[in-house]
Amino acid sequence: MSKITVTINGKAYLTEPDKTILQVATENKIYIPTLCFLEGIKAQGSCRICTCMVNGKMMTACTTPVNDGMEVVTNTEELEKLRSKIVELLFAEGNHFCPSCERSGNCELQALAYRYKIMVPEFDYIYPARDVDAIHPKLIIDHNRCILCKRCIRRKKEPENPTWFVFENRGNKVKINFDKEHTADMDDEMAQKAMDTCPVGAIIHKEKGYDVPIGRRKYDKNPIGSDIEGKE
Amino acid sequence: MSKPIVATTSLAGCFGCHMSFLDIDERILDLIELVEFNKSPIDDIKTFTKKCDIGIIEGGCCNSENVHVLQEFRKNCKTLVVIGECAIMGGLPALRNNVAPISECLEEAYLNCVSVQANDEKIIPNDDELPMILDKVYPCHEVVKIDYFIPGCAPRADLIWNALVALVTGNEMELPYEVIKYD
Ligand code: SF4
Ligand code: SF4
Ligand code: FES
Repeated sequence: MSKITVTINGKAYLTEPDKTILQVATENKIYIPTLCFLEGIKAQGSCRICTCMVNGKMMTACTTPVNDGMEVVTNTEELEKLRSKIVELLFAEGNHFCPSCERSGNCELQALAYRYKIMVPEFDYIYPARDVDAIHPKLIIDHNRCILCKRCIRRKKEPENPTWFVFENRGNKVKINFDKEHTADMDDEMAQKAMDTCPVGAIIHKEKGYDVPIGRRKYDKNPIGSDIEGKE
Repeated sequence: MSKPIVATTSLAGCFGCHMSFLDIDERILDLIELVEFNKSPIDDIKTFTKKCDIGIIEGGCCNSENVHVLQEFRKNCKTLVVIGECAIMGGLPALRNNVAPISECLEEAYLNCVSVQANDEKIIPNDDELPMILDKVYPCHEVVKIDYFIPGCAPRADLIWNALVALVTGNEMELPYEVIKYD
């Protein structure tokens, strides 16, 4: 395949045209924060955390394909501020009681907040009235923590994986629900897989949790993205 | 030169942040050298006896007394620092915010809960002497202006210590990645 050149943060990289900006950056140890993106499922570009400057315009890195001569900037002060404000909005919009959350320490949203050193969101908390749905034998859906990234739903696009979750309602009433048929006889392994698909603590595998002590959880010592940046 | 004066209080919190504050171990000796305490549960001074430089607040506002104390702190302290998730976002007391109106919470606590036994007259405490419960739990910065926020549940002792030292000495605060935690 013919190679193209893409410039990221002033440095030129040789790559192939069928890749996204996010892929090229990741391959070259440049971390671009993501939230609604998950390796292996089709990108949707809804959370806007991965926004970069592309030929002078703001574009989402997870959905934008590279082309020859493209100039990408991933880390200006303005972009970092935009990203940290998106994280603050998500905290103000849901009910995130991290001290009592099973996902705390392993949560991508929380990890981004740590990375951006957010001490308090700039926005007033909404405290929306939301339910916890614990009817399923293996899973709990905690709508208080759901950021509606749709990762749990989009995974159905892989043909070998059946639908586990669906969206119901519209607009600001939208929420996820179980696909009752396909989650009827879930085993523990599938339940764990469902939990791992979610970036936050909205899908919880029942009768499991708090099993990694504080200090040894994924983001206790190393910021999210440090594996990509090639740091310790 | 006189020492900076510090006041502290616990509003709708569990005193965990104060415990974490005391977790600075032997640095407590440095602390005594560094600052003078005024109104605080640490020295049991109940009311402000002079203007303070730094007010440290744990817990959010769940009743009228919390609001009153917080406003007193704003009036009497040059700089207000809130510590812990309860002060910053309501914390676990704020779990009631999105669940039910306050009337239902009180009915559950005093009338309907399975563990309620000796309340035949069906009394929900409502005496003038008691602080009024607020409709929801409010983070401190939604009640008065707050200058600095120290997250954690409780915030790591090092984080509280570094913040205090930075404020007192006027130096920039050290913020290593590991100390900023929300749990
Ligand atoms: S989902 Fe993440 S941000 Fe939300 S409460 Fe749990 S740990 Fe905190
Ligand atoms: S449950 Fe999790 S994966 Fe699904 S939409 Fe909500 S946050 Fe995203
Ligand atoms: S990760 Fe690209 S928009 Fe969400």
